[in-house]
Amino acid sequence: MVPEVYLDNSATTRVRPEVVQAMVVVMRENYGNPSSSYRRGQAAEQAVKKARCQVAHVFRAEPKEIYFTSGGTESNNWALLGAARARSRRGKHLVTTQVEHPSVLEVFRSLEEQGFTVTYLPVDEYGIIDKEALAASLTPETILVSTMYVNNEVGSIMPLADIARLLKHKAPQALWHVDAVQGFAKLPLFPHDLGIDLVSLSGHKIQGPKGIGALFIRQGLQIPPLILGGGQEKGLRSGTENVPGIVGLGLAAALLWEEREQAAAHMATMKRRLRERVLAEIPDAHANGPQDDTGAPHILSLSFPGVKGEVLLHALEDKGILVSTGSACSSHRAANSHVLTAMKLPPALVEGALRFSLSPDNTLEEIDYTVDCLQEIVPELRRIMALNR
Amino acid sequence: MKHLILARYGEVGLKGKNRRLFENQLIRRMEEALTGLPVSGISRTHGRLYVTMDGQLDEALKRLSYVFGLVAVSPAQSAALDLAEIKAAAVQAMIEAVAAGYSTFKVETRRPNKSFPLKSPEVSREVGAAVLQQVPGLMVDVHSPQVVLNIELREDQAYLYWRELPGPGGLPLGVSGRAVLLLSGGIDSPVAGWMAMSRGLEIVPVYFHSFPFTSDRAKEKVVDLCRVLAHYCTQVKLYVIPFTKIQTALREGGSEELQTIFLRRMMMRLAAKVAAKEGATALITGESLGQVASQTLPSLAATEEVVDLPVLRPLIALDKQEIIRRAKKLGTYEISIRPYADCCTVFVPRHPETHPDRAVVAQKEAGLVAPELITEAVAAAEILPITTDWEGS
Repeated sequence: MVPEVYLDNSATTRVRPEVVQAMVVVMRENYGNPSSSYRRGQAAEQAVKKARCQVAHVFRAEPKEIYFTSGGTESNNWALLGAARARSRRGKHLVTTQVEHPSVLEVFRSLEEQGFTVTYLPVDEYGIIDKEALAASLTPETILVSTMYVNNEVGSIMPLADIARLLKHKAPQALWHVDAVQGFAKLPLFPHDLGIDLVSLSGHKIQGPKGIGALFIRQGLQIPPLILGGGQEKGLRSGTENVPGIVGLGLAAALLWEEREQAAAHMATMKRRLRERVLAEIPDAHANGPQDDTGAPHILSLSFPGVKGEVLLHALEDKGILVSTGSACSSHRAANSHVLTAMKLPPALVEGALRFSLSPDNTLEEIDYTVDCLQEIVPELRRIMALNR
Repeated sequence: MKHLILARYGEVGLKGKNRRLFENQLIRRMEEALTGLPVSGISRTHGRLYVTMDGQLDEALKRLSYVFGLVAVSPAQSAALDLAEIKAAAVQAMIEAVAAGYSTFKVETRRPNKSFPLKSPEVSREVGAAVLQQVPGLMVDVHSPQVVLNIELREDQAYLYWRELPGPGGLPLGVSGRAVLLLSGGIDSPVAGWMAMSRGLEIVPVYFHSFPFTSDRAKEKVVDLCRVLAHYCTQVKLYVIPFTKIQTALREGGSEELQTIFLRRMMMRLAAKVAAKEGATALITGESLGQVASQTLPSLAATEEVVDLPVLRPLIALDKQEIIRRAKKLGTYEISIRPYADCCTVFVPRHPETHPDRAVVAQKEAGLVAPELITEAVAAAEILPITTDWEGS
């Protein structure tokens, strides 16, 4: 039996034991409905309140600015559809980037069908938004801008401070949404400091549970709800609260936030080792996205030209190493990565790309084992794939 | 409560002695399909089979509707050969029809038992009148009735039925023998397998697994396809043959434009080995003339010459749209279009040969794959018995 080396933490993470324990307590003991008026309900309400504080703390925001949802996709849908609807009388122009997650891009495509005009901003070869293009795109008609924090495929960090300045200058009327699913609690993000109106996050990317996420809505901003019903979350997100999920998300966020500096340093060390060894030891290998240590510490995209990413993925799987090509969400489709394509990478690099994504639980030994396996597999696969070419 | 099911089969190919064989096999297949359900007996009379159930009528009807050889199955009622009894049963049946929302009917009678005193039209008239009188909400419509109440006057009893589920028709599985199906996971091969089954062939599917060039998701896809086919035969035995070493050996031999032909020839050889193990006497493929480079006449000739079994190609003259239509009807289409590559599509030559010269192919292929590799691959095959999941269907 080969040991499992899980390097796909941007797809999802293994839940921390402390989080599981807290969720079990909620499910077995503190199982009330927060809306019930007896004590058991009140206790559940307290648990939700605590989690709201924990998430707000990471943002240096007010607890009342946090709304729990079913995850990143719902948060993105709600933020964008809600913001567009709230401001549609002031203008019809929206701005986003070409490298967003499908749960952002698909919403913009649907808004285009509803009569909005959308500018999809290009990125440079490192996956970083083109600031000049952003400046040029903003008009008095622009009502909403959505930019991600950390790109899920290559780990590029968008220059939010620069974007903030541009928006303040050229489109103060526009609402600003940030999809922070890959950066939340791992890297600092303080929406009030930057003037961000809406921020999406998700539980299962931070060693918390699946099926839970949240949307930060700046105090004073009103967007219409996406889900109607019993009036939970101040009437903005109906449905009985997912108390175990909320408690799990809150605790996972608090724990990770507390440990973020060691965690980031540890992951950055592993990432550097992986990149340096691969580039040094595997001919023609290429690191995509931000160079050196400028990207997020937990995501590294590497290309092995001459090999199909899909095939290499399965060959690594045979060695117990789990990674992905692009993002897990796009793996169901047979198409090439829209992110790498937007970065204008040559086709051989796009086809041969793999994403390695780390968690604080990974070890340097695992990284070394991975490189050793790549060293063994890549030349052999290249030989077979290249025959007769 | 006792339930009676009337099962009808086609009359094709039922001449002389074959009929007995046909019926026996059909009954065996029906028994298999009904395994686990409370069947108290299956009996036959002239061109009809009757199944008596102690319950679970709907489940039995559904399963029988997948038995090749049956053209229709109906829940039926029996009555003594007495007009009053027949009328009573007819009234009962038509009360059910009204409850199911129907409002027009007619009666059709057949009288193989000529000793019954009334002739067929007279029986229809008499019974129709009784129904009209006693069942409110029902009118006669002789031209396009919503419900046809069938009455059959047999030697021992009268049988009445008005509902029916179509069966798949064809011949009972096994009467034509057994064949190995080359199953890729694509749209075509499951349809080819189904068509071969409909002519009485038992199938043994073979899938070539080329990990890591093909993923376990691709294998799972083939398992799911087999689960659909298993509706028609209760169980299939899927051979998953490890193909990576052979495929690699072929790639190392050069001749890029002939790779697909080499691949197909190897698959034929391996499938023939499985056929020998399984007592199968033919191979079935999903090839359709001209669809891709390996499906031109010269290519087909170059692939089939390596085996001495007949290679059946049920789709040979169907166009893609027709194949897709059949795959959708069969329920395999949605599975087949999942985006996982099979071992033919990972390495598609840029310029595949469409008119391979058989002598050249044989010469270039010689020595590429050691015979042990072939024996090894068959010996290492993973054999998966796949049964129907009736609950999920």
